[in-house]
Amino acid sequence: MGRYVIRRLIQTAILVFIVSTIVAVFIHLIPGDPASLIVGDNQNTPERIEAVRRNLGLDRPIYEQYFDWITGIARGDFGKSLFTGREIRTDLVARIPRTLELGGAALLVSIVVGIPLGVIAAHYRNRWPDVLVSSFAIAGLSIPVFVIGTLMVLVFSVRWQILPASGYVAFSDDPLEHIKRLALPAITLGILSSATIMRMTRSSLLEVLGEDYVRTARAKGLNERVVIYGHALRNALIPVVTVVGLQMGTLLGGSVLVEYIFNWPGLSTYLITGINQRDYPVVQAVMLIIAVVFVLINLATDLLYAVIDPRIKYG
Amino acid sequence: MADTRANELTQPQRGAVSGEAVAALAAQDRRPPNVWQRSLANPRVTVPGIVIVLLMLIAVFADILAPQDPLRINAQARLQGPSAEHWFGTDEAGRDLFSRIIVGSQTSMTVAFASVFLATVIGVAFGVVGGYFGGIWETLTMRFVDVLLVFPPILLAIAVVAFLGSSMVNLIGVIALLYMTRFARVAFASVVEVRQREYVQAAKVIGAGSGRTMGRYILPNILSPIFVQVSLSFGFAILIESGLSFLGLGTPPPEPSWGNMIGAGRGYMQQNAWYVFWPSLMISIAILAFNTMGDGLRDSLDPRLRR
Repeated sequence: MGRYVIRRLIQTAILVFIVSTIVAVFIHLIPGDPASLIVGDNQNTPERIEAVRRNLGLDRPIYEQYFDWITGIARGDFGKSLFTGREIRTDLVARIPRTLELGGAALLVSIVVGIPLGVIAAHYRNRWPDVLVSSFAIAGLSIPVFVIGTLMVLVFSVRWQILPASGYVAFSDDPLEHIKRLALPAITLGILSSATIMRMTRSSLLEVLGEDYVRTARAKGLNERVVIYGHALRNALIPVVTVVGLQMGTLLGGSVLVEYIFNWPGLSTYLITGINQRDYPVVQAVMLIIAVVFVLINLATDLLYAVIDPRIKYG
Repeated sequence: MADTRANELTQPQRGAVSGEAVAALAAQDRRPPNVWQRSLANPRVTVPGIVIVLLMLIAVFADILAPQDPLRINAQARLQGPSAEHWFGTDEAGRDLFSRIIVGSQTSMTVAFASVFLATVIGVAFGVVGGYFGGIWETLTMRFVDVLLVFPPILLAIAVVAFLGSSMVNLIGVIALLYMTRFARVAFASVVEVRQREYVQAAKVIGAGSGRTMGRYILPNILSPIFVQVSLSFGFAILIESGLSFLGLGTPPPEPSWGNMIGAGRGYMQQNAWYVFWPSLMISIAILAFNTMGDGLRDSLDPRLRR
């Protein structure tokens, strides 16, 4: 177990290093000259291109650029935005918490929706409530998040006009408005994961309901509700916990489109804006952060598996 | 491409003998139904299968089926609801939505087929080579896959397309790259399991080279899990293609695609809600069909899950 953890940590460190290298050289993989791409076709003077090239450090040898980039991010220095001229770090500090908040709210939605639905489906196995809930799960897994988001806006903002379609208001400015604007993106993002959690809860609970101690609980005349909630569900939830952990990676990927649809000023909108403005340092920084977070989530999930399931031997 | 797929599905039943001989054999055959018979008897495979065939036919014959020119602008008929003249209504330039939906299916289907085909070929090659030779080959192939899996798929797709420019070829390439990882992993795991079996050892003993052993003896025995991945990957390919087009990074605007229609229609939901509804419906049906078929195939192919 100890050796497994150490080996996994070393692997992760290597992976993070490789990823940062890929992101660093990404800008050199663009066909053509990145500096003239950034300047664009309109004001395409040689002086401007040269200025951008110097600004980006593209005029120096590639190993020097690489060394600067790596040592820079090690100090938490991601450079400056080409478009606004602001320190990227300042923007990141403002935006990361918003992405985390959206992800956390979505996770909460998915648990609150997914687990009860899974219990209902298991309880009424193969009867109409199960069919209904399982169909919902398949639909939730199949319909793209941007379709769900767009239809949410159509129903709740355009037709019924009960929730705002997009935007962001700081919690300190207006707590109620903040939550109202968080609601639609969080529900949209949470639906996908709720489907996975529901399926896992259902199959895990069905398995547990066949165990001896459940039969004993029923035999001593306990109410079915007590059997399910008091005895079975607790044990059935162990695998669900790991699925919830795994969902964090999915949520991170899904947040890219959801933030864009609802104009939520988090990491992903920063990325898309960066791409549209050809703001390469911004794109590099966001890609690196998301990839590293993704790697860490995977590491955490693997370690969680190792702790929860002692039957598996890790060499 | 639709034809080769259908052939692959029926070939194991047909074999090289005549139809009569097969019928005679089948009459005395007491073995349980094979994988393909089980799949074809499973409504969770056949029902989505029919939907998929319909979608493919629509895509192939789109130019004949579309009643109007999907690019023809008509300023007099902007953002109309469904009518006899425009069955699905019109968009902000007065173009016929029904025709655009039909022609748009070509984009989704072309990208999906080409990218899944590439992903399958490259991924299976990676997995088989890595699993068969092991050692340095395993490290080279599977660690490459690990690195690709570090990025959330949609993020990597956005980054690559944003930097290389949005064209159908780039779209196909990046989706193939993203999903070759699944095929590589599935193929790798299957090969490692199959590699020590007697028939593989026997092939080596009779002097079959590595290429022959992998192609003739290993590959046919690892196809079932790969088929499941093919079906599931179609769904994901459509998902990524439409997602990128939605963001404006996929199919460039005047050409219709389901994704960019939703992206554009979002701005006109007040005036004509049908505009976003139709492409949303089509994308959902297509992905739902591929996913359901993938799940159904998996149940049919995995004997442990048989009920």
